[in-house]
Amino acid sequence: MLSGMTRGSFDPHDIHAPALNRPVPDFALPDQAPGQGFSARDLRSLKSPVLVNYFASWCIPCVAEMPVLNALKERLPIWGIAYKDKPEHALGFVQRAGNPYARIAADRDGLAAIDWGVSGVPETFLIGPGGVIRWHTASPITETMITNTIMPLADSLKS
Amino acid sequence: MKTHPLRRYGVIALLACLLFAPFVAMAVDDPSEMLPDPAQEQRAEAIGSQLRCLVCQNESIEDSSADLARDLRHVVREHVAKGESNQQIMDWMVNRYGNFIRLRPPLTIGTLLLWVMPLLALCIGVGVAWWTFRRPRTATPTPLTDAERRRLSDLTETR
Repeated sequence: MLSGMTRGSFDPHDIHAPALNRPVPDFALPDQAPGQGFSARDLRSLKSPVLVNYFASWCIPCVAEMPVLNALKERLPIWGIAYKDKPEHALGFVQRAGNPYARIAADRDGLAAIDWGVSGVPETFLIGPGGVIRWHTASPITETMITNTIMPLADSLKS
Repeated sequence: MKTHPLRRYGVIALLACLLFAPFVAMAVDDPSEMLPDPAQEQRAEAIGSQLRCLVCQNESIEDSSADLARDLRHVVREHVAKGESNQQIMDWMVNRYGNFIRLRPPLTIGTLLLWVMPLLALCIGVGVAWWTFRRPRTATPTPLTDAERRRLSDLTETR
């Protein structure tokens, strides 16, 4: 534990939400312009993996991860959920940063996020076929995460 | 004139109330958050005081003014109003956020190790002490050789 703390691999503040290998919780969220909303049923009927990204216009790390998500969107579909955000603010954010999302839903009261075990934004989930959560991070997406973890896992879920 | 004993007790009771008053105050920001039924509200507060705010981490959701804490308070009250038991609500939270959300962690192998660590350290200490003191403090010196004995007697005789 102590050596992990110095190396950065162990953080006692980490929230280990037990989301892995579970189906996504029941939810149905309305559209967030310019995208189309989605529900648990949409994710469960998927045949190939999708990245679900919780974001907000008021969240600074979300701004930082936008270029990375925009570079990823060609290889892996990304669905966004605007967390506790005013519709016009979320729209402005996506227009400014470049829209990486194939679909965008709005979680205005933040209650769907609690059902997902989200504790803050950004949080990202890799959803495998059948709507099962296969990977999860509560920190901004980086290039390294994509090359080392997300893409290898997504490719293995496709076949 | 002598003070009536009842009055004296009254003053003490009043002082005690004032002393403990700050502990009674919870951080529910807005009275509209509270449940109309005082018994239910009390239960919700009891549950909430056992749940960690995942933003401020060392505060309970009842004490924290973070947005997420307010949402979690709302969820707890929803479940209480639905008539769920304390255990059911706690399980619901742990199911989503892991044991980290519990301010009073359950007994697991990891926490058990934490509890028995002082005893374990004491046992190891006693063991090391016993092993150290068991050995004779001074080893019997190797007997002198004949040449040494002769030299020693020479030295003592000259003196």
